[in-house]
Amino acid sequence: MSDIALDDAEPRTRPSTGWLVALAVALAVLLPYVAPGLFAWAKSYPSAWIVPVSDWLKAFLYWLARDATFGLFTFKEMTRFISGLFGYALDVPKALLSTGINLGEDGAAGHIPRLSWAGIIAAVTIWSYLLGGRRLAMLGFIGFGYIALFGQWDSAMVTLSQVILAVAVGVAGGIGLGILAYRVPRIEGAVVAMLDFMQTVPTFAYLVPLVFLVGVGPVSGMLATILYAMPPMVRVTMMALKRVPPELEELARMTGCEPRQSLWKVLVPSARDGLLVGVNQVIMLTLNMIIIAAMIGAGGLGFDVLNALRQANGLGKGLEAGLAVVAMAIVLDRMSRALVELRPVHGDAAARRRRLFWVGMAALIGFTALSLAVPELERLPNEWRVSTGNMWSDVVSWVNLNLFSTADAIRTFLLIYLLVPVKTFMIGFPWLGLLALVAGGAWALGGWRFAVGMAALIAFIPMAGLWERGMTTIYLCSIAVVIAMLIGLPLGFLGSRSERMHNFLGAMCDTLQTLPSFVYLLPVVMLFRIGDVSALVAIVLYAMVPAIRFTDHGLRGVPANLNEAGTMAGCTGAQRLAKVQLPYALPEIMLGVNQVIMMALSMLVVSSFVGTNDLGKQIQVAISQADPGKGLSAGLAIAFLGIFADRMIGRWVGARRARMGM
Amino acid sequence: MRVQGLIKSLAVCGLLGGMPAAVQAQESKDPIIIALHDWTGQHITSHVAGELLKAKGYKVDYVTIDYLTGLTAMENGDVTFMSELWQTTAQDAMDASDKTGKTERLGPLGPKAKEEWWYPAYMKEKCPGLPDWKALLKCGEAFSAPETAPKGRYLGMEATWGGHDPERIEALGLPFVAVDAGTEAAMFAELKSAYERKAPIILWVYSPHWVPSVFEGEWVEFPAYEAACYTDPKWGTNPDKAYDCGKPFGEIFKYTSADTKKKWPGAYEVLKKLNVDGKELNLMVKEVDVDGKPLDEVVAAYVTKHKGEY
Repeated sequence: MSDIALDDAEPRTRPSTGWLVALAVALAVLLPYVAPGLFAWAKSYPSAWIVPVSDWLKAFLYWLARDATFGLFTFKEMTRFISGLFGYALDVPKALLSTGINLGEDGAAGHIPRLSWAGIIAAVTIWSYLLGGRRLAMLGFIGFGYIALFGQWDSAMVTLSQVILAVAVGVAGGIGLGILAYRVPRIEGAVVAMLDFMQTVPTFAYLVPLVFLVGVGPVSGMLATILYAMPPMVRVTMMALKRVPPELEELARMTGCEPRQSLWKVLVPSARDGLLVGVNQVIMLTLNMIIIAAMIGAGGLGFDVLNALRQANGLGKGLEAGLAVVAMAIVLDRMSRALVELRPVHGDAAARRRRLFWVGMAALIGFTALSLAVPELERLPNEWRVSTGNMWSDVVSWVNLNLFSTADAIRTFLLIYLLVPVKTFMIGFPWLGLLALVAGGAWALGGWRFAVGMAALIAFIPMAGLWERGMTTIYLCSIAVVIAMLIGLPLGFLGSRSERMHNFLGAMCDTLQTLPSFVYLLPVVMLFRIGDVSALVAIVLYAMVPAIRFTDHGLRGVPANLNEAGTMAGCTGAQRLAKVQLPYALPEIMLGVNQVIMMALSMLVVSSFVGTNDLGKQIQVAISQADPGKGLSAGLAIAFLGIFADRMIGRWVGARRARMGM
Repeated sequence: MRVQGLIKSLAVCGLLGGMPAAVQAQESKDPIIIALHDWTGQHITSHVAGELLKAKGYKVDYVTIDYLTGLTAMENGDVTFMSELWQTTAQDAMDASDKTGKTERLGPLGPKAKEEWWYPAYMKEKCPGLPDWKALLKCGEAFSAPETAPKGRYLGMEATWGGHDPERIEALGLPFVAVDAGTEAAMFAELKSAYERKAPIILWVYSPHWVPSVFEGEWVEFPAYEAACYTDPKWGTNPDKAYDCGKPFGEIFKYTSADTKKKWPGAYEVLKKLNVDGKELNLMVKEVDVDGKPLDEVVAAYVTKHKGEY
């Protein structure tokens, strides 16, 4: 870190400042240990200094929900009106996919069936074939076939109808906001800051405020989803528009386009590929939210997972519903990705595409029309469905009986030699020392202003009275991140070496990211019992995905000529890896670390479900006490931690890339 | 469904009152919204209420919402009816809600709530003297885990369900540490794991629930709860501390929003009358959670049997 500081503008004065800063940091950390009597205030944060942030937030939200008014109508009436609009909009996909339309009182005057399951499976298969050939068609068929065969269809369609609307709104809103930020550079900074918050404040933190303002039910679940899933779309839009070559915009002006025309006829179409990547992200994030949305009334597959896991032998049922989420996510993801890669064609090929599209449409409508006569086509009869029954519960029981002692030994070892000592150390760490460390590190990376900003972010934790839970969070996340990297790096390395491994890891990562973590949480609890170890396992499983992906991608991105240069210089394979490839891929890998941290933070609330006492717990308690302030303040603390990690790593990567001349 | 609603209201407008409404004229046609929480017994009682109302021609919607958040939502008018608010866990929230005047307590549902420390039967050998709580004084080791040894490990839900277990442990001088389980699902996953291996475990179990019918075990018998125990330190075996007794057993209350009486008078009568027998409910919970019967079937069977009473 210090050598970067040395590179800075004033080589003669900086070293002395560097020493001073280092000295100040050391003093702030050590003094409270050396003279505990005199510096007690610097060790554990005095409770008299705690700022009642959560009470203020609570009072503010109560005011918003009860008293805020714009004169003609109140704030609450406005949010209720908006949610009403969403409610009407949701009725359309819901009627199409899940309920059909009943005419007259309770269908007395007739019933227009929903889209037939057979029709949807056929259409998905045909359209997948159109987009990505035989393999994608197989995937689409198996994915949706699984959903139908395992009796998940009804719930899956409730979920799908919400996903469709959430994705549509998320994409439209994201593009709109992105264009706005692109067009009005003055607000760009504000938009980026807002996106940071939307992505780092855990969704759970705003569930209670949402219930206050919007009510419960599918609509608030959907709004939470949209808030969470929209940011990548905004970012991608901004980036894609910036990347459009300026010549194109000039061309638009020369051909006499109005600003509106140049935007919609030139800029947006030429940014199409970038935008579609954003759509893909929105779809994945939306599917990530299924479980959380179910907690405030979204229903569907998320509800089934939560419900099954509470039952005596519900593990298999929960897993079946969870795998339906995975199936839907992977099919939608692959289809939307194939759409990104689809190149325009002309002549016969184009006619063939059009034909395939209409064949799919015909299958969809045909089967649905047929279902008027054959009701089995609308609703798959129960007898046709299959289930794994108690198989999974039995498997888990077997594992429990035979492997528990091993798991318990690992658990005890981890607890006694790693987790408990680190936790005690972190909670007992002087708060002033932590702030000094943060400020010192930030100063070395980015100067005084950056240091003040970063220290202020972290200072929020003791100030809001969240020290113990905040430090537990830092301890749990940092250990999880280290373990995730230790597992992810070698796996990513292997993936970069062999195509088969790469494909295998890809499938594994997809499953880990889309399978609701609740499903594997319970088997983990059965083996590792309630507490930090189970939480650690769950966080690592979820957070190591970017470590694998970014390492794989970074190592694959090493230019061939660099490798050759290494070989010519006489490197052995290991030397080439250590001296050429790793240094080159390091910035990319660090971005992976950044993502790992974000993922770990986003798992906090879930980890609190297996009995940790971190900031996630604070949010969980806030939900069960319906206290909107408590959850939001803990959410902000998590967001600040995330933003801090992001900025620090971002600076480091930037400096490193600059040195390598990239 | 709102689209249906729209179509229907259009139809009604077209006929201009040509036909009388099916339900009594003064009753609102809005759907009655019933809250679903995260335990099966509550799903059953909610659906029983819903089916009874549907049979009378009301429209019913169900919505999933966290236990106590439900009361807040009811105050906001988003939820019409909640079938189970347990005196044992929701006393404070109910008192606070009563004060707002926006909700109405409809009286007890029927079953008596029981919540207490619970252990599997095989633990009786390892800790002789149970179910009397005094046996626990010497049994910390028997219930311990590496991170709590030599103290015992008790799994509770302090953060979300309350229950004052840390205070109870201190007041009664029990050699135990209360560990927060986070969620019910996690807690009973650990019970299942321990039960299969006959490993030591003691935890919070409530009834009506499937656990007492699936696993063989007993509740610890603490000094019986009285209101004074929680407020007056002098009460009970420990003269200096409150909470030196068991958890309160209590009623389970039904709640509805304050305007139900005016808006749906007929439905209000049904909900007020709604009463489910505790034993019958336990049996239904078992049928759903253990035998894996679909909830709708179980509820339908119950409603057919008891329809006449409403």
